[in-house]
Amino acid sequence: MSDIIKIKEEYLNKLKKNLDLNSVNQLKSELFGKNGKISNEFKKMGSISAENRKKFASDLNSIKDELQSLIEKKIKDIEINEINLKLQNEKVDVTLPERNFIRGKIHPVSQVIDEISSIFSEIGFSIQEGPDVENEYNNFTALNTPDNHPARDMHDTFYLDNDKEFLLRTHTSPVQVRTMLNGKPPFKIIAPGRTYRSDSDQTHSPMFHQVEGLHIDRNINMGHLKGCLNYFIKEFFEVDKIRMRFRPSHFPFTEPSAEVDIGYELKDGKIVIGEGDKWLEILGCGMVHPNVLKNVKLDTSKFQGYAFGIGIDRLAMLKYGINDLRAFFETDYRWLNHFGFDPLDVPSSYRGLSR
Amino acid sequence: MRFTIDWLKQHLETKYNDEKIIEKLTNIGLEVESFQNQISEKDEFVVARIVNKNQHPNADRLSVCDVDIGKEEIVKVVCGAPNAKKNLITIYAPPGAVIPKNQMKLSVSKIRGVTSYGMLCSESELELSDESEGITELSSKKYNNQIGKKYFKNGSPKVIDLSITPNRADCLGVRGVARDLAAAGTGKLKKLNDNKIRFKGPQKIKVKISREKNQGCSAFGSCLIKGIKNTESPKWLKDKILSLGQKPISAIVDVTNYIMFDLNRPLHAYDADKINNSIIVRNSKKGESFEALDNKKYILQENMCVISDNSGVLGLGGIIGGTRSGTELDTKNILLESAYFNPKSIRKTSKLLNLDTDAKFRFERGIDPNSIEEGLVKAAHLIQKICGGEISKIDIKKNDTFKKIQIKFPINLFENITGFKVTEKEIIKILIDLGFVINKKNNDLNLIAPSWRPDILQPIDIVEEIVRIKGYDQIKTELPKKIREKPTLNKQQKLFHFFQRSIASKGYYEAITWSFTDSKINQLFKEDKNETEIVNPISSDLSVLRSSIFSNLIVYLKKNLDRGFKDISLFEIGPIFNGYKPGQQKTVLTALRAGKVSRHNWLEKERIVDLFDAKRDLIQSLVEAGFDDKKIFIDNKTPTYYHPGKSGAVYLNKNENNPVAFFGEIHPNILKIIDIKTEALICFEIYLDHIKETNKKIKDQKKKYQYSDYQKSERDFAFIIDKNFKVQDLINIISEVDKNLVNSVKVFDVYEGQNIPEDKKSIALNVTIQSKEKTLNDEDLEKITQLIISSVESKTGAKIRS
Repeated sequence: MSDIIKIKEEYLNKLKKNLDLNSVNQLKSELFGKNGKISNEFKKMGSISAENRKKFASDLNSIKDELQSLIEKKIKDIEINEINLKLQNEKVDVTLPERNFIRGKIHPVSQVIDEISSIFSEIGFSIQEGPDVENEYNNFTALNTPDNHPARDMHDTFYLDNDKEFLLRTHTSPVQVRTMLNGKPPFKIIAPGRTYRSDSDQTHSPMFHQVEGLHIDRNINMGHLKGCLNYFIKEFFEVDKIRMRFRPSHFPFTEPSAEVDIGYELKDGKIVIGEGDKWLEILGCGMVHPNVLKNVKLDTSKFQGYAFGIGIDRLAMLKYGINDLRAFFETDYRWLNHFGFDPLDVPSSYRGLSR
Repeated sequence: MRFTIDWLKQHLETKYNDEKIIEKLTNIGLEVESFQNQISEKDEFVVARIVNKNQHPNADRLSVCDVDIGKEEIVKVVCGAPNAKKNLITIYAPPGAVIPKNQMKLSVSKIRGVTSYGMLCSESELELSDESEGITELSSKKYNNQIGKKYFKNGSPKVIDLSITPNRADCLGVRGVARDLAAAGTGKLKKLNDNKIRFKGPQKIKVKISREKNQGCSAFGSCLIKGIKNTESPKWLKDKILSLGQKPISAIVDVTNYIMFDLNRPLHAYDADKINNSIIVRNSKKGESFEALDNKKYILQENMCVISDNSGVLGLGGIIGGTRSGTELDTKNILLESAYFNPKSIRKTSKLLNLDTDAKFRFERGIDPNSIEEGLVKAAHLIQKICGGEISKIDIKKNDTFKKIQIKFPINLFENITGFKVTEKEIIKILIDLGFVINKKNNDLNLIAPSWRPDILQPIDIVEEIVRIKGYDQIKTELPKKIREKPTLNKQQKLFHFFQRSIASKGYYEAITWSFTDSKINQLFKEDKNETEIVNPISSDLSVLRSSIFSNLIVYLKKNLDRGFKDISLFEIGPIFNGYKPGQQKTVLTALRAGKVSRHNWLEKERIVDLFDAKRDLIQSLVEAGFDDKKIFIDNKTPTYYHPGKSGAVYLNKNENNPVAFFGEIHPNILKIIDIKTEALICFEIYLDHIKETNKKIKDQKKKYQYSDYQKSERDFAFIIDKNFKVQDLINIISEVDKNLVNSVKVFDVYEGQNIPEDKKSIALNVTIQSKEKTLNDEDLEKITQLIISSVESKTGAKIRS
């Protein structure tokens, strides 16, 4: 009996001393190795009388546990000490540059298309698309712009055949025609995309982007048109107050037609959208002309509605302070880097259109 | 459309100030482009004071004056006037000014060795009086505070410039604008004076409108004015013409122009003595020609509406007259024409001849067919007043009668369309003011549209008239409801947006380039696609629709390389074309990457990009988009613009026919031709239209969550295998050995060369083996290992490397 107490006392004493890792391991094997002192005590178990065996086992186990945990602690302490010693030499200049990182950019036009889509999605518009190559009928005739109509002068058209039957669409409005011909009302769509006119200078590019809007249902009137665009412009420019005016204009495919101006002022040569006293034209719209509705076989006594067309590049320029339209399509790495957006900046209604 | 505010007030009685009028114009749809003082040549003459007078060193009669012109610096002017003296206030003309009397333009000049900046003017030089002795003397009392100010005031009238939409032909005349303003409550439209004319005798020149198909003229009115004395126009008329920004020519021409801009009634005056016998309005024959008043010779095609006489073409009806019958200052007798030409015919002819005139601009939009007589009367009256002469009776030949447009307008249509109400009384007043004739029947108005409004044809046009006159500010704002009944994007659109941002997130910059391109470069990438030419391209290097995005993107890559960038990653997602008909286009994402990875980085060794970078970016995006990388299959059937040995085609499934993507290097010959110099260039393309739409949403695509906690083991293998054997197939064979046990297969070494036969390669793979049911013991592991070796060896002829 006293044997095991003795062992315990002896080794508790030994372990109190300041020891290195080897010495602790030495003590550990003296106790718990194959012929270790505690191991040997366990071997005696069988020779102990039944009535004493239970107590012996319990004492031995508790002594074993005590010594074992002391040794483990001792080892950990020594190891931590060693780490601490090592750390003094483990210094890195953290001001050295990181590994090269990967960073791409989204083109401002794509970003603005996503912003527009997000805004109109909130009020129930879905996205439609149409081909860049159109026929003369969808681009003009169906839209109440017959041949030899002066309104065609406003569109310098790229033609793809000598009969002028096929062309690059001059606006996104043919998507209206396709949508209405291929579906059943109500229609509530926007159609962003590429558009083309043979015009090229500082403010005109032979290719640019438009977004078409179309809402046809029973009882849709100019009040809905005004409300829809009012909502869009406020959301898009992300300003609390914005002056806006609707003024009469003319487009062959809408009647009555309107152009929408927004207020702005010039501050240090930069355009600031909002409450200034100057007007800037940003879009054209109106009630879809009955001739167009008839061309797409809609019953004008039941269905009516509005359409609008907005220049996307121009919106991007105004919102993000881009001066030169031509730069959009010149793929200058510096420009893309400056005006491009982070791919993770997906415009959405809940976290805001832009940061 | 330009005119002065005073001219407008000849037709409009109004107490509104200019600003209100301008605002109203825009509000009723006549957009004001500008409203400003007409820039006048006389603006440059300013009040000045002689501060000092010195004798000219080289000329006794000249002096050199120091002149205060209200600017910081005093200018030196050489002057010959005897009355020039210190403190005299006079009128100064700077270099660049044009002296009214002799139309001489001043410049900085040396007069006998002394430089003179401008000139001090006499009254006669300014056409103020005949006084030419000495310079103008201004009263110092009156002009003491005016130094530097313009001398001529109110000289230039305020000019309104309107942008008239193509539907509003009537507003191409000042009276039409006044009528609209009056209808909108901005005053009252004045009555036109009745011009009492004593007509003498018949119009003796015979006029015939030939009856033929496509006759572009339906009415031709004319009168003769005999015994006139053509002259310079009186000042009031000259001023009118000047305010339009045009040059006065002679009384006859100025009067016809004036009537055109005043009443929107184009007229033409012929020298009656130069007309050979009679006037015939007919279709031109191919090859006929004439010299027009713009001094150009035009060769006509068939079926253009011409005014001719027995000798041939005199002019193009409604577009331009000819020099042969033009009026001159010595013209004695004129034939005045007032006609109606078909807008389509006018437009067609002018397009073909590339001719634009004020008359053409008006006729193609539609002239009031009932204004023929009124125009003749007004013009003849004015000409007689200025030039004298006798006016013949008016002769009007008609080929066609003008039909009145009748419209049945249901009153409630207005509210249906605009969403707000206007009283019936007010509607009727607006329409009457605009010139409609109204007959009310039950809830409809039976209307006759004014003859000067060819744009009004149906009830919706009436709605527009009422709402624009009432003002668009009356329209209520109906707030949109935030309800979404249909999804915003379809599957294909979602995929587009996903790839766009997925590729960008891998370091690529999104570009948007033109849909057209240079045919020379497009040839390199078009494969067997039909190339579509643009009939009227903006330039010869943008003359075809692109058959591949590479045609543009690679050129822009080169430009950026030339700018000194070395590591460039670009992509574009957009259309490519394989025909000239709608629908013959595909949506493709194309990416290019040049340069090195980890360039100039102290941590990592830099290396050039290679095709496995392209493959990584491509496959990762496909996997991110939800496609199963275990099913993705690669072969090397790629378009010819790829490097034949270093490119691959990607299929979402082994048995798909259309590859969804390609990756690799661009063919070195193409780089040579385009002259691109870079360390490395890789690329890939994703054909979005080749990705079959699945109806499964991501939530349905996810398999049941299963995992194994049993111990996994790894075994390494190295096989010596035929050089051409595809590793993709090797991996498949190993995976198929036991799908329940083989968890993953990784290639960690590919080796050719020493110790390996020339037609062989060594592939080293690491295979992870794990069971879902138990911990595998040594025996199990040995079994599967042997099975892998035997399968590979028997199926591929490979040998395990020992």
